[in-house]
Amino acid sequence: MIPSAFDYAAPTTVAEALSLLADAESAGDDVKVLAGGQSLIPVMKLRLADPSMVVDLGRIPSLSGITDDGGSLTIGAMTPHHTVATDPLIAAFVPLLAQTAATVADPQVRHRGTIGGALVHADPAGDMPAAALALEAVFNLSGAGGNRSVNSADFFQGYFTTAVQEGEILTSITVPKYTGWGSHYEKFTRVSQQWSIVAVAALVRVEGGVIAQARLGLTNMASTPLRASSTESALAGCALEVGAIAAACANAADGTEPASDLNGDAAYRRHLATVLAKRAVLAAVGLSEERG
Amino acid sequence: MASSISITVEVDGVSYTDDVEPRLLLVQHLRERLGKTGTLIGCDTTNCGACTVHLDGVSVKSCTMFAVQADGHQVITIEGMAQNGKLAPLQEAFHQCHALQCGFCTPGMIMQSASLLKENPHPTESEIREGLEGNLCRCTGYQNIVAAVKSVADGVQYDDSGVSVSPSMLEDNSETAGVS
Repeated sequence: MIPSAFDYAAPTTVAEALSLLADAESAGDDVKVLAGGQSLIPVMKLRLADPSMVVDLGRIPSLSGITDDGGSLTIGAMTPHHTVATDPLIAAFVPLLAQTAATVADPQVRHRGTIGGALVHADPAGDMPAAALALEAVFNLSGAGGNRSVNSADFFQGYFTTAVQEGEILTSITVPKYTGWGSHYEKFTRVSQQWSIVAVAALVRVEGGVIAQARLGLTNMASTPLRASSTESALAGCALEVGAIAAACANAADGTEPASDLNGDAAYRRHLATVLAKRAVLAAVGLSEERG
Repeated sequence: MASSISITVEVDGVSYTDDVEPRLLLVQHLRERLGKTGTLIGCDTTNCGACTVHLDGVSVKSCTMFAVQADGHQVITIEGMAQNGKLAPLQEAFHQCHALQCGFCTPGMIMQSASLLKENPHPTESEIREGLEGNLCRCTGYQNIVAAVKSVADGVQYDDSGVSVSPSMLEDNSETAGVS
């Protein structure tokens, strides 16, 4: 499959990239930003996207890498999933991000695909958005008018739609350190390398033998990732027992609007959300599920 | 009409400079411009892994990359694996373990296996299976592919006269048959 023809530019600085985007837009070009290309190139090959101009961020070194800001980590948008999954700083302070990145697609795609590309693509079945939402990441954007930051609650706006405006790029995300929290990403697929049918990202803090606080992100339960707010409330103060945790997770699908498709209908996805939430929370607190 | 761009890519140790359209995929560049037909196009949709090559030492699907993105980078294909007329250990292991039937997935399987062993020189059987999740084989059922990769990780040596199989490899196979 061969994409439509397009003009290509590979800037080496963010400023140059922003100026190329501004020029392309004023010239009336339909411009696309290329990150790792693991979602954009397939849709271009299918001609579901046929931009007249592609701006490749792959030659901007400052967009890649992980820095320790003290209370948080900043992760460059062009950092590949493989790096996120194996980086020692992320493993030490934000393991949920590593656990989630390790489940994205397959090793080859994780070598090319980037955290920023996955977040801005905002596929409802993509894994990184739910993790970023649960982690309350801050999204750092640059545009012609300067830099701005967007909270995770405001970033995902609809199917494949985020707060990133035309002429803007995501340069990095900033994630608070979750020292003392347990975490787990529980993903359900029929084929190992495929998109989540449903998945749950869980962050849990235990204090005094009970769950003090929990943050749960749901993948593919609506057009955007969602927090499982009812379950988060029910888990606060919950005993570290399988039955109590299962009861709290029975509300995990509250407020969701999952799609029906060939992988399962909406009722099936609602059920999966409760089961996967329970598994994710149990794994995050180090309990094993009782099997009958 | 988009204009062509001059790119220089080192492929299997040789530097090639070419004018390419931006939309030319890396796999098309390798096969159609450079004659590197050892790299195959299977699904052409980022699923099957038949087109796997190494870009700067890590595995990528060359159907999901534009040739212009490889400008200034180093690519190794299956055709660059043998050295001085001698098959690489993984190639020899695939041969000796009967890790292929039709052979279409084999170049991609070997390139991904090499990348896996570079990142994790001593994988468990489960890690091998997960490491090959992006490569589809429709013939073998994967058992002998996994055995071939495990044998290289275990340091099994093959000579011209045939195979030398470590006992642990056979045990691992029987214990986990049917696991996918």
